[in-house]
Parts: sequence; structure tokens; C-alpha cells
Amino acid sequence: MIVDKKKMKVVNNITPSVDGKGLMQGRSYYTDDLADQNSLVIKILRSPHAFAHIKKIDVSKAQALNGVELVLTYKDVPHVSFSRAGQGYPEPSPHDKFILDEYVRYVGDEVAMVAAINEQIAEDALKLIEVEYEVLEPVLDFEKAYENKTIIHPEDGIKEMFPIGFDPKKNVAAAYEMHVGDVEKELANSDVVVDETFYSQAQAHAMIETHSSNARLDEHNRLVIYSSTQTPFHMRRIMATTLGLPVSQIRFIKPRVGGGFGGKQAFHGEMFCALTTLRTGKPSKLVYTREEVFGASYTRHPMRIQMRIGANKDGTITAIDCRSLSDTGAYGEHSLTVFMIVGSKVLPLYNKVKAVRFGGKVVYTNHVSAGAYRGYGAIQGNYALEATIDVLAEKLGMDPKELRAKNSMREKETSPIFEIMGEGTKGTAMIMESCKLPYCIKRGAELIEWDKKYPRVKVSETKVRGYGMAIAMQGSGIPFMDMGSATIKLNDGGSYMVTVGATDIGQGSDTIISQIVAETLQTTVDKVIIYSSDTDLTPFDCGAYASSTTYISGNAAWNAALKMRERLINEAAAYLGVKSSSVEFDGKEFVSGNKKVSLNDLSVLWLYNKDQHQVSVTESYIGHVSPPPFMAAYAEVEVDLETGEYEVLNYVTVTDCGTTINPMLARGQVEGGIVQGLGMACFEDVKYDTKGNLLSNNFLNYHIPTHKEVHKLTTEFADSYEPTGPFGAKSVGEIGIDTPPAVICNAIYNATGVRIHKLPITPEKILKGLKELKK
Amino acid sequence: MKVTFYLNNTLVSYDVEPGEYLAQTLRKHGVKSIKVGCNESTCGSCTLLLDDKPVMSCSVLTASIEGKKVTTVEGIQQEAAKIASYFSKEGADQCGFCNVGYALVIYQLKKDYKNPTDEEIKNYIVGNLCRCSGLQSQMNAIKAYLKEGK
Repeated sequence: MIVDKKKMKVVNNITPSVDGKGLMQGRSYYTDDLADQNSLVIKILRSPHAFAHIKKIDVSKAQALNGVELVLTYKDVPHVSFSRAGQGYPEPSPHDKFILDEYVRYVGDEVAMVAAINEQIAEDALKLIEVEYEVLEPVLDFEKAYENKTIIHPEDGIKEMFPIGFDPKKNVAAAYEMHVGDVEKELANSDVVVDETFYSQAQAHAMIETHSSNARLDEHNRLVIYSSTQTPFHMRRIMATTLGLPVSQIRFIKPRVGGGFGGKQAFHGEMFCALTTLRTGKPSKLVYTREEVFGASYTRHPMRIQMRIGANKDGTITAIDCRSLSDTGAYGEHSLTVFMIVGSKVLPLYNKVKAVRFGGKVVYTNHVSAGAYRGYGAIQGNYALEATIDVLAEKLGMDPKELRAKNSMREKETSPIFEIMGEGTKGTAMIMESCKLPYCIKRGAELIEWDKKYPRVKVSETKVRGYGMAIAMQGSGIPFMDMGSATIKLNDGGSYMVTVGATDIGQGSDTIISQIVAETLQTTVDKVIIYSSDTDLTPFDCGAYASSTTYISGNAAWNAALKMRERLINEAAAYLGVKSSSVEFDGKEFVSGNKKVSLNDLSVLWLYNKDQHQVSVTESYIGHVSPPPFMAAYAEVEVDLETGEYEVLNYVTVTDCGTTINPMLARGQVEGGIVQGLGMACFEDVKYDTKGNLLSNNFLNYHIPTHKEVHKLTTEFADSYEPTGPFGAKSVGEIGIDTPPAVICNAIYNATGVRIHKLPITPEKILKGLKELKK
Repeated sequence: MKVTFYLNNTLVSYDVEPGEYLAQTLRKHGVKSIKVGCNESTCGSCTLLLDDKPVMSCSVLTASIEGKKVTTVEGIQQEAAKIASYFSKEGADQCGFCNVGYALVIYQLKKDYKNPTDEEIKNYIVGNLCRCSGLQSQMNAIKAYLKEGK
């Protein structure tokens, strides 16, 4: 259904966030605000070694401490392998984690758990646990992990749920290969071939609310868990299977979540809360410290990516060959899915090639586990591809903007990659029904004054401004896999209660879903009461990941609202004694000829006076395609040639995400992504010492962008309409993060002649490059 | 030990442990608007006003505030609602976890500075981290709020 944007009154209009005021006023609705006041406090004993076998563990002194209620080691918990990653079923990630294990695989891995009546006693008890370790040789360099003599997962009982290339005896969590056409032949026949290798680092999510969960038994003795999670329904399923409980005995509630970015798409503490409460009968809670978030949750997958690209003299790109190696750390969460995105959401940008090949391995190391992180795979792939495209442009003597415009995806086109590659499985063929990439490239160039300023402008003897660009694409959910649903109930007074499994983690999904419902039912957002998400009360939704929410959950809400509208008209027609087709409904009143009745009157009548019944509908949506949002990004970077220091003076983006359901929230998603991406491009770096101890374990050692580093963001959207999206929308949660590493790399090169192949792009690396140029 | 102080203009007296910090004390007594993001004074989420100065309450010993004046967001509800509307207009209010700290620090900034420059604003709020918004929208919202009534 195509809707005229000009007629939209709520969608595509600026609507304040439904929860903004309450949160600013300090209403207590985050996970730890809702913990039972008498909760036992859980603390985790963590490994001091990067790799070790627990030979002996004695908890008797800890258990004897007054106030300690429960101590658990690997001997006390179900020995069932699982994946902490909440994504799809059967899971595409290997089942290679135990709740507690006799092996510890990174500094920070869980050794034992203590629950006590307060935090101090829990911490004191941790010190009383005596552990004898057999310290093993760790693997700390991911390029040496494959077939290393150290096997990180030698244990029995771990498995893949379907073939993902899992080969733990060789330290391989997953592997993947694909090709279209004959890449070697096409490269050999190309006029120009470039071959560049890039390294991207681990990045920390650094959401401001740390991982938090708490548990209690309700009056039916069911387990109720509040969790700061992105995926409550996946959590319930995985917990039921791992603890051997029926799904019906578990309730997961996601209250307000203080940021996730993929980091909360997984278990971080919930199993311990569940075990403590089940075994003691008492409420319990576990709130990660900031150090634990850095050192014992997730990071982005570090990668090495080699790009070989061939082209003819006229600037036609002929073939792309991409080899990758990914470091999943101690456990294989999202190992295959992240890896495949390096190909599937990056390489189709240049869809006119005669041949394309992608492949490589995801290896285990003894580092903090890598997991889902906003733009996963895409940001790593985009850095390698888009920096290499600039190398190619220079070799061809072409403006990189023109090279991209000539070869990139256009509306009504496709790529064979879509059908071959999905997320862990086979993909889905699709045509780009909406792709304003040519406009995005052109408009972005105008905004940054590319034609006037590229490649550089000299500011002074020591300062120069460089200009760089990149393009990007993402997706909108995982087709034929991830489902969203919505229930709408009519209240007396004509307001609507909307319950959705869609998981608002701060991105604003409650607001945009309210807007979609309000627009469809021709009412205002204040007449829509939204609640998300609770496995007891709300219908199913896969959760907030893979840029799903606007497209998948938004379509579900749209379907439900359309159904509600149809239902209301039919029932009003019956009340008026007329045909449904003769009834006009403007959101407030049903009119047929000279007969009319208000929604307000009917809503009261149906509950209290006549033909009493509850009007409610539930609808679901499963994507059949995953329409990509597109973006062109440009930056103006000022470099000090004496020190290598630089500032990003202006970051310009033009995004095609179809209709922006809420233009301000869409801007918030894009700009929030850009600044996280700039952090990764410029300075964020997860660092270890030579023994595998994490050095970047607080906000002083791991710096994230502050107001001081952000200068100017110029953010525009293309006028676009995706015919399969709700009111023409595509998702926009991840695309913002994809471009900064490539854009900054290209801008620094254009300013200085130094190309940085290893993130982050620090002044030291630039200065070193400048000195080498002088030689 | 007992510590007596003014919490949003009401005199309160709490029993505290010697090493207890203010964020902990207040959350224990139901002031859940105080958010703890790092517990090592590096993120700013737990900001409150102590004698009209923004401080990170995770690092203020409760025992040290005898007789002092503590303002949390409960003490500036109308102003917080106003600040929220400026954040909303700019799309700056995402997960909300840092928002309460921002409300308090911006509220005090407006009292301390008549016409602050961008540099002065940034210096004042640099201790308050936000991982969601991209920060420019927050700056725009803050500047609009500071201009209001002037």
C-alpha cells in the first residue's frame, strides 16, 4: 500500500518521544530501579588468567561466611552448552559456552558465583574462594589462532546447530566461502588491480547503563526476570532450554533500557539470577560494574580484511575479491553472522561486477568474547572496501565520487549476493525498490563543496584540510527469519492500548510504533498507549537487532492498525444498520449518509451497555525482503602536519531510509551511529597487555567521544519511499555507524598522502606515515 | 553513623556506613532517579547538585555532606520537563540513562552563566557522557534552553 507523504499527519512529522519527559524527570523504570529491595546481591569470581584449567576449587570458606546464601561453581550448574547470543532459532552461533565451566578462556571469564545478603559480603566471599589453576598457553594473536597448538575449546559437549564451518580443534568457530563468476580470470583481464589489506580493532559498546538483571518468584512460583535486554523472547527460549525449565515457567520483562548497541543482545548475568532465585527462593540481582562491562561482556569483532578490486581504464569495476579473518574471542557468539555481513551488506554496493568472491574464517582467541555490535560486519567491510575504492580511484585518475556513482547500486537493480548470502544461512533475492544513492552522493558533495575543495585545502604552513567520502548500505531485518507482532485493544474513551514485543532500548521504537498506529487510525499519539516488552503480556518479537524494528515491528504495528480500522468500521456499520462500504471514519466519527456515531460513544457502549465485547486485534509481520537503507558520507578533516593531530570539522551524510517515520529520531539514529563510528575510526581501542589482561577497562583508559570532540554533523535525508515498508519506511538504526573509518581514512590520505591500514587512525600513525613519506 | 542534610529542601537524617557514597545512600532510600553508570566518577550519570554545584554522587562520601543541600531531579521537576521538551525537539533524548544528570548540570549551568560560549558550555558538561545521541543534537537543545527567557 502506497500512502501519499503529503497526507501524513503524524508519520513523517516531528513527534516528541513518548517517554522523553518521564525519563528526564527521573522516573524509575530501568532494570535495577525495579529490583526487589530485598534482593540477594550476586557477584562473580572472574579468571585472572587468559587460559586455564581449574584443577581444584574450594568454596567452603566462602559458604561459611555469615550472610552468604549461595555459592556456585561448574560442579553445581547444568552442564548444557548454549550460545549467549539471542538471534534466530536454531541459533547460527555455536553452542560453545557453559554457565560455568572447568576451563576459563579469557581474563574475566566466570569461575564462580556468590549470592549474599549485601554487596560487601558478596565481595568478601569472593576473596575466600580458593582456586588452583593449571595455567595454559593462551592465543592472543588472532592471526596465529588457526591450527595453533593451543586448542581453546578442547571440551566435549559443544556443537553447531547447523553447518557453519565449526571446527573447534582448529580454533575455528565458523567459516564461509562464496563466489559468483571467475574472480581470478576477471582480475587477470582487468586493466588495473588494487590489493589492500586493512585491520579493524575491537570496540567497546560503552552503553551508559551497565548490564543488569534481577529475578524473583511470583505468586504462582514462576520465575520473573527483569533484564536490560534487546531480545526478551530469545532470552526466555535459551534460558528454558539451558536450565531445563518449561517456557511457561519463565517471564522476561524488559523495562527501559539504557542503551544496547548489540551488547545487550545476549545473556550477561541472567542465568545467575535465575539459578540463585530458583535455588534460594529469594529475589536476587546482578548489576555489572563498568569494569565488567569492558572486561567480561562483548566487544566488536576485530578483523583483517584483504580487498582485491579490478577495473577497466574507463572506470568500470570488474571484480571484487574479499578475504577476511575475524577474531571472535573466547566464545563464538554471532561469529558467522557478523562475518557474513562483511560480504552481504557491503559488496552488493558495487553490483555491476562480473565476478565477486568472499570468504575466510572466524577464529577463537583468549580475548573477551566478541559479539553483536551495531553495524556488525558492515563497518569492518565498509572500511576495507571504501578505502580500497579510493586507492583504485587514484590509480585510475578518477574522482572517487564519480567512480562510486558510476559503479554503485541503483533503483530497480539487484545483486546476486542477496540470494546467496543471508545471516548465517542462504539469502533472499531482491530488487532495490528504493535506492536514492545517486542523489545521496550528489547532495553530499554539494553540502561539503567537494568539487571546490577535494582533495585538500591548505590552511597554513602546518595545517591542511582533507576531504574524504564513502558510501554504505545496510538492511531492514532478516527476511523469512525474524518476526514482529503487535496487539491493539480499544479502550473506553476511544484510546488504544498497543502491546508490542518490539524492544525499545532507547532508539525510540515505542514512539515510532505509536506514530504508525496513530496515523493509521487517524488519531493522535496521546491516544495511543504503548507497552513493550514482556514475554507474558506482549506478543512475540525477535527483538532489537539487525535493523529490524522500524521495518519488521513497524509493519506488524501497521498491519494491526489497518485491521483495527477495518474491524471498527465493520462493527460501527452493524451498529448503524448500514453496509460497511458506506461508512466513512475520520478517526473520531463513523458516518453513513445521515446516520452517525462517535468512536467515543461506541467504545463505552461496547464495554458497558450493548453487545458488550472487547475489540482487539493481533497481527504479525515477517519480511520477505530486507530493503537496504543507503548513505553517502563526506568529511572535512583538519590535520596538523607537525603533530599528526586532526579534527573532524564537518561530517556530512545524506541517507535514504525511505520515509522517516520520525525525522528527529531518524536523525538521532544516524548521528548517534556516526559519532560511535567516529570513535572507532579515530581513537577507541580495546587494548590488552601481553598476558591478555584488559588495559582499557574504564572510561579514562577507553575514551568515547564527548562534546569536546564533536564539531559539526550535517545530516540530511533523501526523499525516498520503500513500497514494502510501513508508510514507505526502511530501518535506520545501524547505517550511521558504517562509514566513518573509511571516510576518515580517505580524508587523512587526501590531506597528507598517508593511508592508515589499521584502526584507529591516531596522530602517532599519521606522524609516522608523514616521516616515512619524507624519506 | 547518622548524617543529616537537606534533600530537595527537606531535612533528612540517614544511618550510613562510613565508606558509603551518596549515590548508594540515595538509591537505598528510594531516590532511584540517581543513575549509576560507572561508579568511578567518569560518566556523569549520577550527577546531582551539592550546595548548587554539580557533583558526581558516586564519589561523594555521604558522611561528608552533613548540613549540606542536595538537589536531585525531584527538586527541579518543572525545569526537567522543560529541558526534556528541548531535547525532544532535537531528537536528543534516546535511552534516557544520562538524561537526569544532564537536566541537573544544564539547570545549574543556566544559573552560573549568563551567555556562555560553546566552549564554556562544552567545558561545563564534558563530564556527562552520552553514547546514543551523537551529541550535536544535545548541544542544540542545551543552547535553546539556555536562551529561553533571555
